[in-house]
Amino acid sequence: MAWELVIGLEVHAQLRTESKLFGPASAAFGGAPNSHVDAVSLGLPGALPVLNKEAVRMAAIAGLATNCEVQRHSVFARKNYFYPDLPKGYQISQFDKPICLAGHLDIDAGEGPRRIRITRIHMEEDAGKSSHRAGGSYVDLNRAGVPLIEIVSEPDLRSADEAVAYLKELRAILIYIGVNDGNLEEGSFRCDANVSVRRVGQTTLGTRCEIKNLNSFRGIRDAIGYESARQIRQITAGETIIQQTRLWDVDKGRTAAMRSKEQAHDYRYFPDPDLPPLLIAAEDLTAWAATIPELPAQRRSRFVSDLGLDTEMARLLCEDPETADRYERTLGQDQSPERARSLASFLTGRLAGALNKSERSWADIDTAMTQLAEVHDQWRDGKLSNKMLTDVLVAAFAADASFADALESARDHTGLIEQDDGALDDMLAAIIAANPGQVAAYRSGKHKLIGFFVGQVMRQLQGKANAKVVNAKLKALLDG
Amino acid sequence: MTLIECASAIAAGSLSALDATNAALARIESADVHLNAMVHVDAAGARAQATAVDEAVAAGQPIGPLAGVPITIKDLIAVGGQPLTAGSNMLAGYVAPRDASVIARLRAAGAVLLGKTSLDEFAMGSTNETAATGPVRNPWGLDRVPGGSSGGSAAAVAAGYGYGSLGTDTGGSVRLPAAFCGVVGLKPTYGRVSRSGVVAYASSLDQVGPMAATVRDTARLFSVIAGPCAADATSRSEPIGDYEAACELPVAGLRVGLVHSWLAGLSPEVHRAVMTTYDALLAAGATGAAIELPHAHLAVPAYYLIAMSEASANLARYDGVRYGHRAELHSSDTLDTLYARSRAEGFGPEVQRRIVMGTWALSSGYYDAYYDRACRVRRLVHDDLQTALSACDVILGPTAPSAAWPLGAHTHDPIAAYQMDIYTTAANLAGLPAMSVPVGLGDEGLPLAVQLIAGSFKETTLFQVGAAVEQRQERLSGPAALQAAIAGGQ
Repeated sequence: MAWELVIGLEVHAQLRTESKLFGPASAAFGGAPNSHVDAVSLGLPGALPVLNKEAVRMAAIAGLATNCEVQRHSVFARKNYFYPDLPKGYQISQFDKPICLAGHLDIDAGEGPRRIRITRIHMEEDAGKSSHRAGGSYVDLNRAGVPLIEIVSEPDLRSADEAVAYLKELRAILIYIGVNDGNLEEGSFRCDANVSVRRVGQTTLGTRCEIKNLNSFRGIRDAIGYESARQIRQITAGETIIQQTRLWDVDKGRTAAMRSKEQAHDYRYFPDPDLPPLLIAAEDLTAWAATIPELPAQRRSRFVSDLGLDTEMARLLCEDPETADRYERTLGQDQSPERARSLASFLTGRLAGALNKSERSWADIDTAMTQLAEVHDQWRDGKLSNKMLTDVLVAAFAADASFADALESARDHTGLIEQDDGALDDMLAAIIAANPGQVAAYRSGKHKLIGFFVGQVMRQLQGKANAKVVNAKLKALLDG
Repeated sequence: MTLIECASAIAAGSLSALDATNAALARIESADVHLNAMVHVDAAGARAQATAVDEAVAAGQPIGPLAGVPITIKDLIAVGGQPLTAGSNMLAGYVAPRDASVIARLRAAGAVLLGKTSLDEFAMGSTNETAATGPVRNPWGLDRVPGGSSGGSAAAVAAGYGYGSLGTDTGGSVRLPAAFCGVVGLKPTYGRVSRSGVVAYASSLDQVGPMAATVRDTARLFSVIAGPCAADATSRSEPIGDYEAACELPVAGLRVGLVHSWLAGLSPEVHRAVMTTYDALLAAGATGAAIELPHAHLAVPAYYLIAMSEASANLARYDGVRYGHRAELHSSDTLDTLYARSRAEGFGPEVQRRIVMGTWALSSGYYDAYYDRACRVRRLVHDDLQTALSACDVILGPTAPSAAWPLGAHTHDPIAAYQMDIYTTAANLAGLPAMSVPVGLGDEGLPLAVQLIAGSFKETTLFQVGAAVEQRQERLSGPAALQAAIAGGQ
């Protein structure tokens, strides 16, 4: 009998505030150990938390953008446990009265649209970082007190693909609204997965395990795959699943249970008496809602309906707002579907590929997108061959070149052979005459041999010919 | 000389701040061997502050309302550059990196900070006997407790170590020692005074409060420390009253409420003191009202559950990792055993008792029966007081059931000691302002006091009534017991 996966995700996203959630120290990533600290994040005697209002705004618009009901009244609580990277001996978090409730995200993992419910979004402060090296354990409190939102989904996801699709959609939304930088490596967007399995048709939930330490989409996919297979194997063997927290070991490619002692916490949550209930005024909420830009889903459907892109290309372009913005900026006024599609594949294909191989980044070339659009148009119009386009881009992205100059000079010496040049016709005729065997084979039905003739032409012209034109002329000669 | 007289004389140039400071330091020098009220004296710093004031006066520069007035500070409040121990070995050697907000306000007003006063460890006690530096003695009877937890501050004011002090009051910790030592003590409305830089005991109850010899002196101190603070999210921005002017207002027409159930358990002399005060206020034109507080008997258990629960979290930061006491590392230690030994060595028995009970009360399975139920009782006590204060302007009652009791009387019976807070905790639970005012000496020559409770942010009413109560008392002259000890020691 078939098995079904049931997955719920808890995403921790770091809010992009200047300062920490409850104190004035910088919330920036990195820095010398213990350089981004203040009395609150050090847990000094008498230090009191004061809520960062910008973090509240960001958490609220994250809720609005994920269709949540933003709560006008929410409460911060203390989550008590001892650890050296938790300076106060408790983490300030929202518990039974979070800032956002009851939202959803629509995703499509290739099997049609699915609505994934979001249980809640709550605000909390991050802990510091412990590291254990020869000679002792070290604590860096730079991250302690950095604002996070935790976004908790219902167990609505049914496959690793859906989990990744949900995470990508959520990540894109948070980046679009400017509250999170989406960086999985630095841990500013991280995820725990609750995974259980059950027989298809079963309505009750199986016993779940929580998987921690997931810091890439690949890892999430692999960990869910491993964990669900482990659970199925165990149940099939007649064993029961124990509810526990498991860590993903990326090197070994498996999950392993945390020591049970680490799981036996009674956090003794109670409302933090240092912080009055968080009240959000209706007019603030209205004003914040007005600042939410076009979200990825809206943008994708506009790209499909207005520009004629296919859904996969729209999804690719809209994963982050910079790419989508760059595309629209480069597209400019001429938005015919043919050009829109061509430019989209140009940006995501040839241009992205050339950029990848160079030392340049998108940021370096953003000022030259108008020129790049011209290059694209020349190529699309057949004035640049594929080979020539590659040469132009390589030259333009060379580390020592001025980007604009390179494009300019590339334009000068493209030297494309014009389509009406009689010399081309002569050359084609000569090549056909010189290869009677290939001609005969072609005419007997081996039409793939057209590539051989094109190759001969291109070799003689060092790639400086319009492949489409050459193709058409050769076809006429061979078929005629 | 009172605080206000001292400030006026310094402002007028007829008294030098340095002389006033030197006199206070000399008094500490001669008396504190008997009282043990100071845990840190900053003589050099105090003299430097006093000299600066004298120079400002000489130069005709504007000076603050406390310019040159020497005062002391409970060692639960951070004074930048000075030790901050909270009366505990846990914080031995810790030096506060900066001033608490109230200290910054005192400095801006020109006050001279003499040093830090003793307290019950982490403000947990009613007798000042849990202090790591040993008990403080009551200047009116050296075999008596000064009350707690701000016992050092109350004894310092009574003994003339300067002209005032700042204490903190979580369940009576300003008012009870004020009553036992014959000085005035105010517990302000919750949120009226910043808690930033004050070591937390129970955050939803703690307030810094002024202590001084007279009601007017207390008003002067309070005017300086009251007000909103951006570093304390629970501070409030209601308008500040003119507290000194309130001391001059007649009480005629005010309604004074008497809680009859609070008269039952009092020593005869305290009972007499409350009733005499009541009669005197009525004679001055106030009207009387009988008040019921149906849930008052639940205030003490609710208070202790809430305070201990909050304390169990507030004191978690004292783990020996970043500062404070850390036990010597043994080769067999794990993180948990090192934590446990550091905290067992650093905290005294009463603090440990309260942390353990608070942890218990918040634990899964007990939360509803203890912490949550206590919060619901707190609401009932609050509502009782609000109802009462709609029928009267001020509630009159005792501060403590008796005069100061002997040292060691409750050492082995913490529950009996907790019951001494029976009249003070209600104001903390309800967040209301309350004042203890001395009303003369009892049969054994020990100070007696009454307590006044008013509505939220109505400290003006407390000063108005407090001044009227004080007016019909003879000023207490210096405590004879201390004088005798000093004379005997010489």
